Amino acid sequence: MSPRRPGWWRRNAARLGLMAVPAVFFAVFFAYPVAAIVARGLKADGGWQPGRIADVLAQSDIRQVLWFTTWQALVSTALTLVIALPGAYALARFDFPGKQVLRAVITVPFVLPTVVVGTAFMALVGRGGLLDEMWGVRLDTTVWAILLAHVFFNYAVVVRTVGGLWAQLDPRQEEAARMLGASRLTAWRTVTLPALAPAVAAAALMVFLFTFTSFGVVQILGGPTFSTLEVEIYRQTADVFDLSTAAVLTLIQFAAVGAILALHAWTVRRRETALRLVDASVTARRPRGAGQWALLGGVVATVAVLLLLPLAVLVQRSFGDAGLAYYRALTEADGGVFLVAPIEAVGNSLRYAVAATAIAVVIGGLAAVALTRRDAGRLVRGFDALLMLPLGVSAVTVGFGFLIALDEPPLDLRASWILVPLAQALVGVPFVVRTMLPVLRAVDVRLREAASVLGASPWRAWREVDLPLVRRALLIAAGFAFAVSLGEFGATVFIARPDNPTLPVAVARLLGRPGDLNYGQAMALSTLLMIVCAVALLVLERLRTDRTGEF
Amino acid sequence: MPTDSPMPVSSPTPADSPTPTGSLLRIEAATVRFGGRAALDAVGLDVAEHEIVCVLGPSGSGKSTLLRAVAGLQPLHAGRVLLDGRDQAGVPAHKRGVGLMFQDHQLFPQRDVGGNVAFGLRMHGAPRAEQTRRVAELLDLVGLPGASGRAVAALSGGEQQRVALARALAPSPRLLMLDEPLGQLDRSLRERLVVELRELFGRLGTTVLAVTHDQGEAFALADRVVVMRDGRIAQSGTPLEVWQRPADAFVARFLGFENVVEASVADGVAVTPWGKVPVPPDAPEGTRPLLVRPAGVRLVPAGEGLRCTVTARTFRGTHVAVRLQPENAPVLEAACALRDAPDVGDVTGVEFDGAEITVLG
Repeated sequence: MSPRRPGWWRRNAARLGLMAVPAVFFAVFFAYPVAAIVARGLKADGGWQPGRIADVLAQSDIRQVLWFTTWQALVSTALTLVIALPGAYALARFDFPGKQVLRAVITVPFVLPTVVVGTAFMALVGRGGLLDEMWGVRLDTTVWAILLAHVFFNYAVVVRTVGGLWAQLDPRQEEAARMLGASRLTAWRTVTLPALAPAVAAAALMVFLFTFTSFGVVQILGGPTFSTLEVEIYRQTADVFDLSTAAVLTLIQFAAVGAILALHAWTVRRRETALRLVDASVTARRPRGAGQWALLGGVVATVAVLLLLPLAVLVQRSFGDAGLAYYRALTEADGGVFLVAPIEAVGNSLRYAVAATAIAVVIGGLAAVALTRRDAGRLVRGFDALLMLPLGVSAVTVGFGFLIALDEPPLDLRASWILVPLAQALVGVPFVVRTMLPVLRAVDVRLREAASVLGASPWRAWREVDLPLVRRALLIAAGFAFAVSLGEFGATVFIARPDNPTLPVAVARLLGRPGDLNYGQAMALSTLLMIVCAVALLVLERLRTDRTGEF
Repeated sequence: MPTDSPMPVSSPTPADSPTPTGSLLRIEAATVRFGGRAALDAVGLDVAEHEIVCVLGPSGSGKSTLLRAVAGLQPLHAGRVLLDGRDQAGVPAHKRGVGLMFQDHQLFPQRDVGGNVAFGLRMHGAPRAEQTRRVAELLDLVGLPGASGRAVAALSGGEQQRVALARALAPSPRLLMLDEPLGQLDRSLRERLVVELRELFGRLGTTVLAVTHDQGEAFALADRVVVMRDGRIAQSGTPLEVWQRPADAFVARFLGFENVVEASVADGVAVTPWGKVPVPPDAPEGTRPLLVRPAGVRLVPAGEGLRCTVTARTFRGTHVAVRLQPENAPVLEAACALRDAPDVGDVTGVEFDGAEITVLG
């Protein structure tokens, strides 16, 4: 091996320093609580009980859960790809009036809280839902409600990840293949498809990850019949109080998520290999011929039925026959559901989300800056992967882990309001890193060098060159972190205090109660949550210029 | 004159211990390795104050690495860089007080023209009024008066180049370095700008170290040309010296000469594959590479001299380059006037002019 370049330590000291803050944050607020809950479950009589794993796996109902979790995730992923890939193509290659609106509409569901998605589908296909009223069709007792909700939720992931790249592929590459004698189909198959394949794989893995760990949607739509790992972990912890089974399930989910993330990192690296990318605005053109117009029409119809209809029904149900009665009921603290008026959840959610966003932006921003340089070693790549883990590790486990791990000095936070934003920030950090990193990496190092030769110190060069270029990305990252923490459910449901519920927690509690009034209030509260998230997203869309990011 | 007013920006001038030679820049045995390959291999170079030195070499010869090493952007594995006699080891790029104009300019996209030019002045804490005055002065100097408020994205290639130059000049660096300064521009603009640059640097008394792969650019710009090959210096001299007496076959071929062969030289005559040719009386003797400039290949009627067939002719504006294929010998290139040029396929004779022949080292 060649010796280390001179000044290696000096140049890397800054980076190691930047990594220290996120590393400590993750150690204390992620690794420690998760480890604590696993230890609580697997330790008995002062010793480890690895035999518990085999015991749990031997139970047929647990095997049932594992099987259901896997196959519903596979089917959801396949279904999402089939339905969303034409949309990716249409948005990448066609130029038509209303394209920006369509793009924004597609993205809204992704930032919607899972609880809202669950409630919306409940209003569409559930008991007393639109389909029930019109044709007497109910899907909430079947797996279809879950699958459709998953497609709804992940449509944007595929369109953004695949379509973003598709729009930037140079069409002349295909033209070059045609000039060399390839038919239209052969040219697509041999030139475009291989270039797209890593993006399709990355999108599929993300969808698989989100659906494999699905909680809010399944909790609401699954009923007693269908249960994913995450729902089962919640049931074992909160209802059955069987911590050791929950710990084993957490470990299984951890291993599965680790494998999916490793695969994802690998496909992302392949995606970054040299592709000829061009400005997306030059590749799109008007659809030509009946076939292309029909395809575009099909995409618009799909979006209308699958994405817009559930949200429209949700809004309609929130008014019901009673006008604004449900909304008015939200302001009254009469039901036994809460100690306070449900409307106060709006204020709680916003306060928590602001704090969580600040934490996520600081932690994720520092991590992204530390990871900017591409000549990263194994250590840095490992750090990159570590930051992605909260995306898939059971949020329920994190929430419950907070309760049992952060309960003694110096970290006695159980009574503190900061507990909720901390847990929500954990989920926001991966989004911040993923949004900031591509932009930071795209800043030409020679711009920094030009500043330095003109007399700017490294810190000054960063402030003068990098910061202005990434300010927009920083805002977008903050917006995502905000939306994510508004919608966070799995961890918050454990740690939000009964007198301080967040919006999703309040919705879930209302749905868990019988009666039209509770149902209507859940719809109304979901509508409010949806509006807050949609507004946040539309503001982001205006800020966003490049569409190469994953989210 | 901008350099007359001492800027608050230049590094402290060394009052003590200047190098005995008085070089502004001295590079001693500088070595940089990428992996196992040496991008700079024990390079030594001196640049005197007010001198314009141009490093010439093919891509990959290490010339850009040399500039980056002087700027402090590329750490050395061995050797030293001295500015005003002071070792720059451990001095970060932003404290070296040198200017570097990047190959593709690297203007800051989020700032306008004035913001780019003022950047170095701001970094050195120049007062705002001073910045405004100096920006206007420099934009005048590079021929873009009043462009201060324009967006850099709206500039043409030539204008970007001028802004980059103004930005590099603004803090009055003691040494200005240019990396392929005109590389991105089209030919006619390049030829005009190189003359302007030389005139400007002469007027300002700027010390310049430039790198380029274009010999025409180097010869037009430089007081002294340094030819690099594989991380080493192959030759250093005035443009005329390098042109007239290339140090070796590599330099001769890099300058565009094709008539280079091995020859054995003795008593004012060289034995070559083309036969015996006359060489200057002071030529070194022995087996050496020998260069025949195209002008030294004289076409004579067929039957006289070396018998050749014309394989190609290329119009070069002032003359015609003629490719000649002798029997059993390497191709020859000749330069002749348009009206004398033979047609492709003609058979002609060739004689050699000793004044245009150089025996290489």
